[in-house]
Amino acid sequence: MKIRSLNPNFRRRLVTYGIVAAAFVFIQILSGAGLLTNSLSGQLVPICAYVIMAVSLNLTVGILGELSLGHAGFMSVGAFTGAFLSVCCKDVLPGWLTLTLALLAGTAAAALVGVLIGIPVLRLQGDYLAIVTLAFGEIIKNLLNSFYIGRDSAGFHLSFKDALSLGLDDTGEVIINGAQGVTGMPRSASFTLGIVLILVTLFVVQNLVDSRTGRAIMSIRDNRIAAESVGINVTRYKMIAFTVSAALAGLAGAMYAHNFSTLVARKFDYNTSILVLVFIVVGGLGNIRGSVIAAAALTVLPELLRGFSDYRMLVYAVVLIVMMLFNQSPQFAAWRQKLAAKFRRRRPNRKEA
Amino acid sequence: MALLEVRNLGITFGGLHAVDQFAVSIEKGQLFGLIGPNGAGKTTVFNLLTGVYQPTEGEIVLDGKSIVGQKPAVINRAGVARTFQNIRLFKDLTVLDNVKVALHNQVKYLTLTGVLRLPAYFKQERVMNEKAHSLLEIFDLDGEAGQPASSLPYGKQRKLEIARALATSPKLLLLDEPAAGMNPNETAELMEIVRLVRDRFGIAILLIEHDMSFVMGLCERIVVLDYGRVITEGDPEAVRTNPKVVAAYLGGEA
Amino acid sequence: MQFLSYLVNGISLGSIYAVIALGYTMVYGIARMLNFAHGDVIMVGGYIAFTVMTTMGMPALAGICAAVLVCTLLGVAIERVAYKPLREAPSLAVLITAIGMSYLLQNLALLVFGSAPKSFSSVIALQPLRLFDGALIITGETLTTILASAAIMAGLTLFVNKTKVGHAMLAVSEDRGAAQLMGINVNATISLTFAIGSALAAVAGVLLCSAYPSLTPTTGAMPGIKAFVAAVFGGIGSIPGAMLGGVLLGVIQSLSTAYISSQMADAIVFGVLIIVLLVRPTGILGKQTREKV
Repeated sequence: MKIRSLNPNFRRRLVTYGIVAAAFVFIQILSGAGLLTNSLSGQLVPICAYVIMAVSLNLTVGILGELSLGHAGFMSVGAFTGAFLSVCCKDVLPGWLTLTLALLAGTAAAALVGVLIGIPVLRLQGDYLAIVTLAFGEIIKNLLNSFYIGRDSAGFHLSFKDALSLGLDDTGEVIINGAQGVTGMPRSASFTLGIVLILVTLFVVQNLVDSRTGRAIMSIRDNRIAAESVGINVTRYKMIAFTVSAALAGLAGAMYAHNFSTLVARKFDYNTSILVLVFIVVGGLGNIRGSVIAAAALTVLPELLRGFSDYRMLVYAVVLIVMMLFNQSPQFAAWRQKLAAKFRRRRPNRKEA
Repeated sequence: MALLEVRNLGITFGGLHAVDQFAVSIEKGQLFGLIGPNGAGKTTVFNLLTGVYQPTEGEIVLDGKSIVGQKPAVINRAGVARTFQNIRLFKDLTVLDNVKVALHNQVKYLTLTGVLRLPAYFKQERVMNEKAHSLLEIFDLDGEAGQPASSLPYGKQRKLEIARALATSPKLLLLDEPAAGMNPNETAELMEIVRLVRDRFGIAILLIEHDMSFVMGLCERIVVLDYGRVITEGDPEAVRTNPKVVAAYLGGEA
Repeated sequence: MQFLSYLVNGISLGSIYAVIALGYTMVYGIARMLNFAHGDVIMVGGYIAFTVMTTMGMPALAGICAAVLVCTLLGVAIERVAYKPLREAPSLAVLITAIGMSYLLQNLALLVFGSAPKSFSSVIALQPLRLFDGALIITGETLTTILASAAIMAGLTLFVNKTKVGHAMLAVSEDRGAAQLMGINVNATISLTFAIGSALAAVAGVLLCSAYPSLTPTTGAMPGIKAFVAAVFGGIGSIPGAMLGGVLLGVIQSLSTAYISSQMADAIVFGVLIIVLLVRPTGILGKQTREKV
């Protein structure tokens, strides 16, 4: 079958998978030829994690049309759940099984937290919804920062105070140690795993968007009142979008955690949420492929341009403002149209000449 | 038993009786007009009937079942569809997808079926596409199926809203100023379409419209609202000659 | 007595939140947007005062005046450049722009002043107040903060309710279109709102830095977000609501820090926001609005 004869949505999805596959091959060649710097090869798994974060956040912001400022919170839930499971199981189970379980557990835990947070949050909309997701993101971070869990011969011990109050016996070990986080993680995540998980994420999100469910979600974004008037259960579809988005962020977190031997909660703060927001704004709200490219490019660029990293966040801030002004302001829209009209007028002239 | 039975419907906004003791009875397949001066509360009646506002008092019975207090989505599933005075399309979706969203409760499959692309997905999507295209054909929108809804000219946007409402298979269709902003040709064409829709789908239609020739030429019965109250109800001829109606429109005393 | 001391500290911190919350609530009421960068204007105010007083060695009053002046101009400029073109745009776009602006200010400050904390010298020379034979000590900063905030709130309430310009602000917050038809200059009113809000943020910045003397580019971010919580708590758009919400939130935070933990205090403050929005989204003193269909 020729590619051209396919359904245009399907064709678009294939191209996105193709770009990811091509990037994988390209990096493998670079790596084989020894052209990959150490710092860049260390960034490969985090880049994949950020791509998944961006695609999943785009589901909430671009497709559902609600701003979430606590996406890093879901990532941390996935990361800590996955890390906890890995530290517990690493001596008992084979590595691949531990990793698989950790990824599944991270995804499931983030989905669960997504549902719990979604129930209250999704009754709100607009600015209030955004600020409440920010609040939940901060609460998750604060809770994880003062969360202690350890294990000894008597089983698991929990505390929100300090490691001492866990009351572990001689055989005990602290697994999650408050602000010090988790140590002794198996560093089992690889670039190949990252690419596979990106493809899984793309498969889920793109198929979801181009389905009955996705149309219902986008109709809420475009006009909530009209969506209700044609029988869409708004709460239900907001919930589906929010939960899938949270679950995938959890997956990204669980994978991210397995790239390092230690894990701390403050990595997943408000700034991380904003960084992912920058990726999806640059890639285009609602544009899944754009998110993939922007997340990868904006994570690699500061690595390549050493001098740039000091100005990185400053440039991102300007980019956020300019992108919004450029896309949404009536003056800019008029200016763009004028520019487009000029080009249209010029072309026939050239033909005559 | 009438299709829609409304009794003593009322709502107050901060002490003001926006709609008071509204009552109407609409038969299956009837073309019904709701008219009145600006600010008489016509759109508020629509918002009450579709659950956008909760009435302070009154009863709304559709097909023998009360729908008062239900959410808009539930009322739509019970069989009431509407269009909006200020057009509310899903502007970033295509014309086709606007109708497919409205087929949501007519052609179903699970979210997981969609994500995993199981055979049911392809089968149901095909059914949906066929239904959507045949609706678009009625409104002569088939040629624009792939365009974003926001790119349509005004008159076509109004028609797409009606097509979208019809896709939910309603028993009762509420049209809020369907001819607003249309030229005389488009208005005449719209009259034909409304009649056709009624005949083909056998549904009742309640419409708000300021274009009197449209209402008088189309509706079999008309209810007139002023200051939130029904001042009269009857066939077009009776309403046209009613002195209270004349006074309400001209602003004089009855 | 310990409790009383925590309470006074809470009221003092809450007064600062209240002054910041006034800026949020006025802008939200009049321009219908969440000005995320408001908290960072506080930080700019702190740095300006610091530069004038410590680097240039000028008196405290000069530092305060410079901070107010610069922040007022900054606030108006931000509105003109970034927010005004988006007045008819979806709230998502405006919010993202405001977040961008917040980041821009933080990162500019990072470039200019560096990330190392500056130690801010207090602008208040008042002796601490010793009550109950020294069992309860109220510092000059605490006392001044509470008094200054009370004066600001009283002044602002009078301004909004008694002056013609204040009435114009009320009218624009009630119905922008109608206000325009009545001959009110909506653009000027919105600019004025940003000017007042930012001037208040400068004062709040100086008070905040006097009480908590470590100044960094992110100094304003957390107090800014908490002040927004306070504004929502009291009822967004309501000036007395902002005061009430600010003081209550300050007390809640101070008591939770003292009796639970500082980590949990932040979580509790945000918990308050979530509960308020779910139970009474209009806040304590806010009023109900209906969506037009």
